[in-house]
Amino acid sequence: MSITATDSTSRHPAIRSTTLFWGAALAGLVVLFVVASQFPVLDDPRREFLLPFARWISDGMDFLVDDLSFGLFTFEDLTRAIAFVLSLPLLALTSLLASGWTLPFSEIEVAPLPWFAVVAAMVFMGWRIGGGKLAALMFASFAYLAIFDQWQSAMITLSSVLVAVPIGIVFGLGLGILAYKHSGSERVISPLLDLMQTVPVFAYLLPVLVLFGFGQVSAMIATIIYAMPPMVRVTIVALRSVPGDLLEFGDMAGCTARQMLWRIELPAARDSLMVGVNQVVMLSLNMVIIASMIGAGGLGRDVLTSLKRLAIGDALEAGVAITLLAIAIDRLSQAFANRARMKRPKRSQDRTRVPLSTPAGFVAILLIGALITALAPSLAIYPRALVLDTGPFWDELIRLINVHLYDTLDAIKAFLLIWVMIPLKRLLVEAPWMAVAAGVALIGWRLSGLRLAATLFAMAAFIAFTGNWEKAMISVYLCGTSVVIACLIGIPIGVWSAASARARGVISVVIDTLQTLPSFVYLIPVVMLFQVGDFSAMIAIVLYALAPAVRYTDHGLRQVPGETIEAATMAGCTPAQILWRVKLPLATPHIMLGVNQTIMMALSMLVITALVGTSDLGQEVYIALTRANVGMGIVAGLCVAFLAMTADRLIGAWAAERRRRLHLA
Amino acid sequence: MIEASALKPNTEPDTREDAQPATKLSCRNLWKIFGDEREVHDLVRKSGGVPDPAAIDRAGLSAGVRDASIDVREGEIFVIMGLSGSGKSTIIRCLSMLLQPTAGELFFEDRDLLACSRKELIELRRHKMGMVFQHFALLPHLSVLRNVAFPLEVQGVDRARSEEKAREMIALVGLESREEDFPDALSGGQQQRVGIARSLATEPELWFLDEPFSALDPLIRREMQDEFLRLQRVLHKSIVFITHDFDEAIRIADRIAIMNHGEIVQIGTPEDLVVRPADAYVEEFTRAVSRSKVLSARTLMESHDAAADHAGEIGASERVSEFAARVVEETRPFAVVDKHRRPIGQISREAVISVLAEG
Repeated sequence: MSITATDSTSRHPAIRSTTLFWGAALAGLVVLFVVASQFPVLDDPRREFLLPFARWISDGMDFLVDDLSFGLFTFEDLTRAIAFVLSLPLLALTSLLASGWTLPFSEIEVAPLPWFAVVAAMVFMGWRIGGGKLAALMFASFAYLAIFDQWQSAMITLSSVLVAVPIGIVFGLGLGILAYKHSGSERVISPLLDLMQTVPVFAYLLPVLVLFGFGQVSAMIATIIYAMPPMVRVTIVALRSVPGDLLEFGDMAGCTARQMLWRIELPAARDSLMVGVNQVVMLSLNMVIIASMIGAGGLGRDVLTSLKRLAIGDALEAGVAITLLAIAIDRLSQAFANRARMKRPKRSQDRTRVPLSTPAGFVAILLIGALITALAPSLAIYPRALVLDTGPFWDELIRLINVHLYDTLDAIKAFLLIWVMIPLKRLLVEAPWMAVAAGVALIGWRLSGLRLAATLFAMAAFIAFTGNWEKAMISVYLCGTSVVIACLIGIPIGVWSAASARARGVISVVIDTLQTLPSFVYLIPVVMLFQVGDFSAMIAIVLYALAPAVRYTDHGLRQVPGETIEAATMAGCTPAQILWRVKLPLATPHIMLGVNQTIMMALSMLVITALVGTSDLGQEVYIALTRANVGMGIVAGLCVAFLAMTADRLIGAWAAERRRRLHLA
Repeated sequence: MIEASALKPNTEPDTREDAQPATKLSCRNLWKIFGDEREVHDLVRKSGGVPDPAAIDRAGLSAGVRDASIDVREGEIFVIMGLSGSGKSTIIRCLSMLLQPTAGELFFEDRDLLACSRKELIELRRHKMGMVFQHFALLPHLSVLRNVAFPLEVQGVDRARSEEKAREMIALVGLESREEDFPDALSGGQQQRVGIARSLATEPELWFLDEPFSALDPLIRREMQDEFLRLQRVLHKSIVFITHDFDEAIRIADRIAIMNHGEIVQIGTPEDLVVRPADAYVEEFTRAVSRSKVLSARTLMESHDAAADHAGEIGASERVSEFAARVVEETRPFAVVDKHRRPIGQISREAVISVLAEG
């Protein structure tokens, strides 16, 4: 009671001063708007004011590639050596799975592993690790690859993923351990990770492209770089959350530092570490299509080329193949993690039933398959006659949809474009950068302090003086609209999911699947229905960014303490009152983290939507990629990262403030 | 801090203390100050190794342990009792060197623990010390057997021998047949049995138990206390036992140290604490204790009257609860005898009844 009493006395003056402050601020900004639009420097700096960051970066890159030398060898030799080392396992796996190889010192051609043996081996592994259900999933996924004629591409993709994943895990784990053990190195690693996760993927395709050339190996390197950061982060967090008494026990048992790490900390953290492993797998597969832009073959290239030709059916088939591959590997690795956790004495019975260990059986099946094809080479390839092609079906379906639903779809599209998207776009594009930056800095100052305000302003100035202001504002508008729509859809679904166990079951399956889809796949149906353009981009972004809004809302509502809800119930609250007055306020900081995550996902999708013809920063990065212009790509990438950081810092500061006010720890 | 036994110098030494056993672990004027490392260091340097409480407060630091001096004797159960925030967890971590004490001296037998290198400390812990934790601290990825064998494995003992030893320890705590189970399949009481077996696997001389039974249900806790006392009768370890439960302390301790705000308020036998509490804080704890369970015949007796007609004999260290029934049935007093059966006093029925009436 006393709290409300003091609150009501102190709140009114506070409200008045806040209103006054924002009123004055708004007036100031309007004035700034009008004045600034008269001066190009303050409105949108043109050529004469720009800082040539892009030039400097490109020159630096040229220096690295052409001139840098370590005495005995040049920088280029170094990158060549790295590429060569990485190419060996990749070559071995690709030969084994996809292309076959020639025996050394002879002319004998060895065929790749036959499709039926690989399918059988995967089914066997699924059965041993996860039982009948997983075996069925394995069969469905791998049989799909054969039946829909995706086998060859899928095996190329699989081999590069199988090389990239272990490397990503080992390096991620190593860096994570380093950061955990030496707080000094963490101070370097942590901001680097922040940057790597906010810079759009395309941006670091560029340096990789320049340093390692176009091809399967550089695609793999880019994949590793992209997939590794979560592993580092997860490792740090997992090791930090090893219970203190286990460490004390380790000390008392007389463990050396090495024993402590390998025998206590890493095993105790293994459940969390598996999350990181899973992330590496998923991100590697997510990267498959993007990596094909710098030379990865396989399914990624199939999707990309089909998409460019607008051959929706082909793109869809290859896209589904990637998705199935992702789901299969994901479930397999999860089942593996669960099995490691639940090793129970029962295993002795299993052993007697099948007198064969899982790896041995796996290899045996592959060998038998290879032997069969050596005797009957015609079996190696899935029979042409049995291939299904759904391309014509999809093309026909789209034709039908366009014929019958065109008016409806077009009406929706036109309405949103005319009444929401275009006005917003014009407002943002026409606002002088100075006014926008000042407004953002002001909010930052109120939420946190001068330091945040200065950071935000500096980032805005960077965007303006590298000549990317207009494109950045188009990005903001596209992302902003998408995020708002994603939240409008996602948060209520999250609320529903938290309220009903049955709804949650269905929703979590859908959300899991959405998150398994590589981001490119979202583009396919959208382009099918809405052609290229901003509207399609927005729909794709909304679909892609929906998941965190749902998930965090659900989680935030669920973690409201049961006792608090019981107290509210006993105070006579209706369910609606409990939701609005207790659960939602307490869950807001959590939900805002979800919104934050939604913004991050939206920005990362933004770059990919460049393929459907947007004119924002994403397009800028994509153009830089096609021209191999490192400076331009990195600068545009940094601009995207700065947008992401601005949103992140503002929401972070707001959530911290909010938590403080709610007295949540 | 007051050594309670010193208050009554004319008392004959307790039978337990007849032959004073050697000191196993000893600390003198031990301090642990928390806060910024450099500030703490400055503070200690300025004060010449004896931090001044006022200076600690001024620097905005907090002391977890203040000027503690303890001797743990060979074969005794030394209980440190205090409420949450009293510094009991800090002091056991200082004694086991899990935390580096800020100032003072700390000796294990005649080795200066504060001067030990990291390597020496590892050796000491591998062979001489064992510890049981409040929340068990079992390794979730290892079976019961491998958990118990773990301390031996890190020493490099081969698999067969360490597992044999582990089986022996598991049998000792009554968990045979659960060797292959994983910790999450066990109840709290069973998990702590594993924790106990594990801490004993290396046959330590000094055994730390940090609130070992606090996380258990009351019934299980009692069962585990009995089990613990049974083990100690067989093993004769030197034990430092932390608890926040005064009843538990009374039940199992040879001697108890009471802590409050980082300081040791009083050290004494359970009887000392009940009969001669050093201050109101200690007295508060003893109030609810049934005196008949802690008072010995020696404390209760009056001077011996050789002329009186005695109904029988009572050992000087027997507790009231142990002989009350006999005394109350008789109208004549009982003679109190020392361990050589020499009469040293007598106890009347009235005296016993008054103790029982107090509760």
